[in-house]
Amino acid sequence: MIKIRETDHMEYMDGMDKTDHQIMSRVLEKTNKYDPSVFKSEDVRNVMFQENIGINGLKVLLSPAAQPYLEDMAFRAKQETAKHFGNTVSMFTPLYIANYCENYCVYCGFNCSNKINRGKLSMSEIESEYRAIAETGLREILLLTGESKTASPVSYIADAVRLAKKYFSTIGIEVYPMNVDEYAAIKEAGADFVSVYQETYDPKRYEEVHLRGHKRVFPYRFNSQERAILGGMRGVSFGSLLGLGDFRKDAFSAGLHAYFIQQKYPWTEISFSLPRLRPFINNAGNNPNDVHETQLLQVMLAYRIFMPFAGITISTRERAGFRDNVVGLCATKISAGVKVGIGGHGNNEQKGDEQFEISDSRSVDEVRKSLIERGLQPVFTDYVRV
Amino acid sequence: MIDKLIIGGHEFNSRFILGSGKFSLEMTKKVLENSGAEMATIAVRRADSNSSDNIINYIPEGITLLPNTSGARTAEEALKIAMLARELGCGDFVKVEVIRDTKYLLPDNYETIKATELLAKQGFIVMPYMYPDLGAARALVDAGASAIMPLGAPIGSNKGLVTKDFISMIIEEIELPVIVDAGIGRPSQACEAMEMGCAAVMANTAIATAGDPATMASAFKAAIEAGRMAYLSGLGRVLNDRAEASSPLTGFLED
Repeated sequence: MIKIRETDHMEYMDGMDKTDHQIMSRVLEKTNKYDPSVFKSEDVRNVMFQENIGINGLKVLLSPAAQPYLEDMAFRAKQETAKHFGNTVSMFTPLYIANYCENYCVYCGFNCSNKINRGKLSMSEIESEYRAIAETGLREILLLTGESKTASPVSYIADAVRLAKKYFSTIGIEVYPMNVDEYAAIKEAGADFVSVYQETYDPKRYEEVHLRGHKRVFPYRFNSQERAILGGMRGVSFGSLLGLGDFRKDAFSAGLHAYFIQQKYPWTEISFSLPRLRPFINNAGNNPNDVHETQLLQVMLAYRIFMPFAGITISTRERAGFRDNVVGLCATKISAGVKVGIGGHGNNEQKGDEQFEISDSRSVDEVRKSLIERGLQPVFTDYVRV
Repeated sequence: MIDKLIIGGHEFNSRFILGSGKFSLEMTKKVLENSGAEMATIAVRRADSNSSDNIINYIPEGITLLPNTSGARTAEEALKIAMLARELGCGDFVKVEVIRDTKYLLPDNYETIKATELLAKQGFIVMPYMYPDLGAARALVDAGASAIMPLGAPIGSNKGLVTKDFISMIIEEIELPVIVDAGIGRPSQACEAMEMGCAAVMANTAIATAGDPATMASAFKAAIEAGRMAYLSGLGRVLNDRAEASSPLTGFLED
């Protein structure tokens, strides 16, 4: 029997770096006071006239009052995207190298209580995956593991990163949160970008869905980006799993989190990723917390207008028609040729099960061609490791 | 009339430097043709020598490559990127970009001066992108720069010559070619920069975000040439509201 909810989710566990909580306190305080329902049409119109919309502007554009203004937001977002990124769209693929996990997150397919096939690729298997991916032309890779420091320790991830340098110019990791010296070791191995998603920024909701494991510790996860930067990482990614809590408030928190981090570490490259829990089809009654495509797009557009310079990644969880239309509009990075099981690109048999199902299974070349048809410029290389 | 732009001993007939990167590679050739530009920037971080889509392959022969060090946050990183550009066969020109702010993308003058010194010592023809500060421009001259590239407005903003007065000071005081880089959003602004005495203008976003980039490139070419001609011919005086005072204020003098 697994013991659950026994620890205080706001208390650090042994071995976790403690950094200061200034940014976390500000984000939580401002989010607490944020009531998306108070805004009106005229607030939205006013914000749309401002050049730098600021934190108040983000509140307004994420509110229900802004939803009828999606077309205006899209128009502005498109201009901002063109100004900062031209017609470029970066392409990459995520590679899952292990799916062992010690956390119990009620919404996740990898959680430790699920009886799925677990697996972990050996270095030679990883290299075979790299080779197959590099052959498609991709030069950017995101390495993922489940959250088990025992099964996939820092040294394992660092070895995988070192091997990736042979094939890729841009390497990112999306693994369990680490301490500063561990991020520094990964940076030293050759990765420069870190993604950690808070899932929900509401501590109460967070506690309800993260029942055990180190992920249960809210502040340690929250401060991951800061530790990654202190470890020397050049770019960090933010996001929440929209729909897990109040998605408008969670989107606001993630935006604020990124905003304060950029203010404190202005050289850091900032990006967002926006996974969502899909609403049940035919669900009786309309849940105001449902994140349909309309709401997802609203959040993406709000981020683009709030932080015109930030990268926004669109994942294969969304359908091809949605993805093709949001790149160039607000998204700047798209994954392609995605396999979410453990292995499956190279000659290896898939060694572990998938975390979730993807909705766009197109190959790198198919996505590349589709971008070109839309007048966009697929970019495979946009980084020099120095 | 012989009116060449001379940078680091190299002569150019065109005073338009094209920034690449924000439009499709296929478009580069057409835009270059129409612009008459003889120099085009490329971001080293975009160059992939293992790919057929390598941007270097899309720049026609005869165009001088101006690799930039975008992505560098320190002088040392700029040096590494420039050395990589040299290995890729991009020649000796380098546009120094050292940026430590991902929000406004403003150049860091301090690191830029250090980078200019490092690169000049390595034999590069260094063209530093800078925030228009006269003191920093003087330091760049001492560091071995071959041209000075002050920003007109934040990069990508298309806002024009927001820093006009400060660029004027640099033109007045610095002997090197002064090339406005970043912020130029429309041909009339490029023309104005040339009228002021800038040696050349660089643009990318203005063309990339135009409805028809190739035609916009032609418009920039014409505007830059017009501005240069106006500068060389000496601008006529502009009368203010007072016009010519009919009774001079100093008419009371008796000697």
